[in-house]
Amino acid sequence: MSRISERFAELQALHRPGLIPFITAGDPLPEATVAIMHALVEAGADLIELGVPFSDPMADGPVIQHANERALAKGVGLGQILDWVREFRRCDTQTPVVLMGYLNPVEIRGVERFAAEAVEAGVDGVLLVDCPVEEIATAQPLRAAGLDQIFLAAPTTDEMRLQQVCAAAQGFLYYVSFAGITGAAHLSTDAVRERVTALRQRARTPLAVGFGVKDAATAATIAEFADAVVIGSALVDTLAGGVDAADAVQRAKAFLAPIRAALDALTAGHAA
Amino acid sequence: MTTDFHNLPDAQGRFGAYGGVYVAETLMAPLAELTAAYERLRVDPSFIAEFDYDLKYYVGRPSPIYHAERLSRRVGGAQILLKREDLNHTGAHKINNTIGQALVAKHMGKRRIIAETGAGQHGVASATVCARLGIPCVVYMGAVDVERQAINVYRMKLLGAEVRPVQSGSKTLKDALNEALRDWVTNVDDTFYMIGTVAGPHPYPQMVRDFNAVVGREARAQMLEQYGRLPHALVACVGGGSNAIGLFHAFLNDAEVRIYGAEAAGDGIETGRHAASLAAGRPGVLHGNRTYVICDDNGQIIETHSVSAGLDYPGVGPEHAYLKDSGRAHYLGITDDEALAAFHELARSEGILAALESSHAVAQGIKLARDLPKDQLVLVNLSGRGDKDVHTIARREGLSLV
Repeated sequence: MSRISERFAELQALHRPGLIPFITAGDPLPEATVAIMHALVEAGADLIELGVPFSDPMADGPVIQHANERALAKGVGLGQILDWVREFRRCDTQTPVVLMGYLNPVEIRGVERFAAEAVEAGVDGVLLVDCPVEEIATAQPLRAAGLDQIFLAAPTTDEMRLQQVCAAAQGFLYYVSFAGITGAAHLSTDAVRERVTALRQRARTPLAVGFGVKDAATAATIAEFADAVVIGSALVDTLAGGVDAADAVQRAKAFLAPIRAALDALTAGHAA
Repeated sequence: MTTDFHNLPDAQGRFGAYGGVYVAETLMAPLAELTAAYERLRVDPSFIAEFDYDLKYYVGRPSPIYHAERLSRRVGGAQILLKREDLNHTGAHKINNTIGQALVAKHMGKRRIIAETGAGQHGVASATVCARLGIPCVVYMGAVDVERQAINVYRMKLLGAEVRPVQSGSKTLKDALNEALRDWVTNVDDTFYMIGTVAGPHPYPQMVRDFNAVVGREARAQMLEQYGRLPHALVACVGGGSNAIGLFHAFLNDAEVRIYGAEAAGDGIETGRHAASLAAGRPGVLHGNRTYVICDDNGQIIETHSVSAGLDYPGVGPEHAYLKDSGRAHYLGITDDEALAAFHELARSEGILAALESSHAVAQGIKLARDLPKDQLVLVNLSGRGDKDVHTIARREGLSLV
């Protein structure tokens, strides 16, 4: 069982909603990334999504676009990101790490080479935004090396493709809460609830919901029907103001702790 | 066994190892919807008749093949023939594609059209067809390009389009494409994305090629009618590659016809300041398809350079990637200086101001003709006219027009 599946099994046993923060690797400061990852775990993260910066992030909104540009301007690349995961693993062998990004950096490094390096560094899953289930052969070396390939499902995904996506999904299925780019504003939790409830019938993996989750209240509402909540842009935006590593770490904790508390209150409510 | 080049792409949108559908999940449904609609329409006689009617009476097709006699004499080799796409309405081949996509959008009941543009030619061609359909048109254009192509920005506005400057990344064509994709993801229900070249996810490379393939179909028939034979060689400039594939496609199975694509070598490929994806790039994935891209060792797309904004793109259509690997077509670099010299040569010898993009093809055609006997024919695609470029040329040569 992969570290991701184990983690979701634990969450389920504890009736604890999963919390998945997303950060762009190397932003706001390359030297702060590992410290931010530890801080997020301390503040209640169950799994960490580490964004791999790309020059052309076509599915991302302005907040993550700018984070990508800042990281690239500082020379952040895949090799360095794998080093950070390796460093993170020295003190944390429990929290799963998923790399999220676009195909080209992985392709240019070589999919097989990257797969071997990622496993060795302690990466657990990979989400390639521009690699839909139709192009699964491209990512075969990742699966062969033992990495979970995380897939997205969207409001526009039809019944037939949903079956393919669910059949291919490993680790968890990431439901994109609305048709749009990351960090957009118009999240209707009722519509998401309806879709995710329907998805449950199909999915063999746990369900995480992301895109547009900005605060504790929205996260708590989503956690009523999803196994985990992903928060990206709002966190990246908060971190962007960090003046040094210590400040960025502080901001990460201060951002995530109240969201964890809101999710825990939900569990307490159910228990009572 | 000989390859039938007319059987591509396959059902997955692949040209050999290239092409495909590399997009975020949300776009898979609208792409499937578009593919289904296009598959139906492309064989529908009434759709084809509508398209042909517009090309004839609105665009002004067929465009002639003109024998550049004086230029050929000066070069002193093979006869140089020009396929005059510059004589189309709006001044370039781009209108062939937007006429076709506008008809597809109309049949699909879409009420809003978005497009990306680099030099502004595709933006103008999109704004033109939208004005004619009475549909709102939003054109994404890199902020840097908005600055350097002010006249085309104004033309689009005159035609009723909204031009949105893109501030992200390198603020050029590739970023405009990213932003158009983001718009499409957000407005999938009512919006039609009109891509301007033979790149992007399937079915765009096929659909845009099919709409431009009229160029080669006409040219092939005109060659047989005017000269009684096919040309020795075809030459076209390649940025994304739509005018080139448009000319090449009808000739791909004519093994005796040599095929050359002229890419933008900018300051010279060895300087790193170029846009020659096929000649100097490597296979990768960009903007929804697998193709040759210009990127660094970390897979980050590198800013390209060419005097011609229309060739300034770090990717290329996947069918060209396939034609390169298969050896059917050859792709060579033409520098900014060579293109400018060809621009002046054609202006002075034939009285034709070619677009800077097309001037790359003219330069390649001249090089090729020089070494061939006088009775050979070299057909060059004059894909657009140069009125839009006079400011750029004047500035480069140290003149101010205002």
